[in-house]
Amino acid sequence: MSDFETVAASENQAARRGPSGEPGTPNQVGQPRKPRSLAGDAWRDLRRKPIFWISLVLVLLVTAMAIAPGLFTSNDPASCVLSRQHAAPSGGALFGYDFQGCDTYARAVYGARASLLVGALSALLTGVIALVVGMLAGYFGGWVDAVLSRVIDIVLGIPLLLAAIVLLKRVASDSATVRLGSVIFVLAVLGWTTAARVVRSSVITAREQDYVAAARMLGAGNGRIMWRHILPNALAPAIVVLTIALGSFIAAEATLSFLGIGLKEPTISWGIDINNGRVHMRESATPLVVPSTFLALTVLAFIMLGDAIRDAFDPKLR
Amino acid sequence: MFRFIVRRLLQMVVAFFGTTLIVYALMFAGQGDPIQALAGERPVTAAQRAYLTEKYHLDATGVGGFFYRYFDYISNLLRGDLGESLTGRSIGDILAAAWPVTIKLALIAIAVAVIFGVTAGVLAGIRRASIFDNATLLLTLLVLGIPTIVLAPLAQYFLGVKWQLFPATAGADPDFYALLLPGIVLGSLSLATALRLTRTSVAENLRADYVRTARSKGLPNRRVVSVHVLRNSLIPVITFLGVELGNLMSGAIITEGVFNIPGVGFNLFRGIRTEDGPLVVGIVSVLVVVYLVSNLVVDILYAVLDPRIRYE
Repeated sequence: MSDFETVAASENQAARRGPSGEPGTPNQVGQPRKPRSLAGDAWRDLRRKPIFWISLVLVLLVTAMAIAPGLFTSNDPASCVLSRQHAAPSGGALFGYDFQGCDTYARAVYGARASLLVGALSALLTGVIALVVGMLAGYFGGWVDAVLSRVIDIVLGIPLLLAAIVLLKRVASDSATVRLGSVIFVLAVLGWTTAARVVRSSVITAREQDYVAAARMLGAGNGRIMWRHILPNALAPAIVVLTIALGSFIAAEATLSFLGIGLKEPTISWGIDINNGRVHMRESATPLVVPSTFLALTVLAFIMLGDAIRDAFDPKLR
Repeated sequence: MFRFIVRRLLQMVVAFFGTTLIVYALMFAGQGDPIQALAGERPVTAAQRAYLTEKYHLDATGVGGFFYRYFDYISNLLRGDLGESLTGRSIGDILAAAWPVTIKLALIAIAVAVIFGVTAGVLAGIRRASIFDNATLLLTLLVLGIPTIVLAPLAQYFLGVKWQLFPATAGADPDFYALLLPGIVLGSLSLATALRLTRTSVAENLRADYVRTARSKGLPNRRVVSVHVLRNSLIPVITFLGVELGNLMSGAIITEGVFNIPGVGFNLFRGIRTEDGPLVVGIVSVLVVVYLVSNLVVDILYAVLDPRIRYE
């Protein structure tokens, strides 16, 4: 929800501010009907889409799971008894027990925290890098743009999974916090390019607007123009891209943990559980299927949410 | 065009040195004692130490020494000498045995993407906003959203173990049938992207002026679609598939690992698991080069195929 509201808010600002600098624009003057903003149109569009609501509910559910896993299960994911190996569902363990005798469902619920933490923090870090680079490249143009765009090209040319493998192999520490931090850092360092390109192009558009010229005439410096006038307008498309990126960061974290170079035990991660469940799938498939379903639904929810918002804000599709 | 190719080549050279430098620095710089690491638990005699120091130029310290060794590694890489894995096998030999399997797998995946993705994409693009169109859009969204680490093990479990439609694992020297299921899993992602790309491109071109002209000339609908629209719509799809072929060669780590296919990705998967540093660096270096070259080829192909694109 918060994502959409931020988008809507900044778009509203854009819509309010945009026409005021252009007196006599035909679409504003002489229209009896109250003009709807882009965000208003988008919201009307979104409200009617079942995919939007389904993905929104899923996102909220997973977020709640990450914040308060105790609401969804009363079992302790860390209490594993080997005598319960692959035991049938019982006593609150909805989907039975895995190879180590841990509650499959409880582990899946507690796994949401690491995934969302990695996804959200690397999306945030990505957003910061992308905004700074995109803003500098788009606003100053010239050789700054040339250098930064080449850097973007080169980073975009590095295959994400391969680079992440090499970078993470370097991290020797087994401490949970260090591993979490390094996964976040690696994903952000490799994944900021698409968002930076989006920011750059929207900054270039915003830079030429009349309200920027007006601000400059009133004596505003570069910093103030970038921060107060261009940033609000460049933010909306970036947030949409970041929502989709959040989903793919969660998938990337799970993939790295699956390979054994991302998060490590005792951190509970869907990727680790999928890999463990895969090894013993001939004996019992639920320890594989349950975390797989959780991961797939979470990634899907974020990607569908971003997709729906982007479609709603794209006037070409109307 | 010539200027574009030259500029693109220069860019690739920069990217090549940049990425290999990063790979090399991360794997080998600042590690403890490489000679002791090579010997493992056994003691190293002074003579052996002197020999290895001489051989790998370990006596040169500091930034100069690092770059000296880096250029040593680069010149070996360019000569095709990738060194040995920790188990003593030549990495070049390992890769030579693995490439044919990986290429076979990648070709199956691309074939799946072309046969199903492009066909369905054309149909969806023609009948935009129909039930078929909406259904394929939803389906591709599902495929794009489900990570391979979910898709591959689940496909292996349901189709291979439970219902036994396909062999669950491939093993050494796999035949076409054993590679079919992994090929479909690997290709499903490219299938979804190819479908969406074809759909958008066909739908856009259907509204173009030259299509209206063709229709008003009285050409039958089938000819308009299959000749006029398709020819222009497939340009972005072909370039995408080219990039994808390069990606698939390097991106099959999960699929090959899960289905036990002895390709390049599988060896990388095993190298990571067994902490075989030289093997990982060797394979990653080669894959980065494959990736860069395939991107270059596709960029040039794009400029050749589509005369509307002018690089200054």
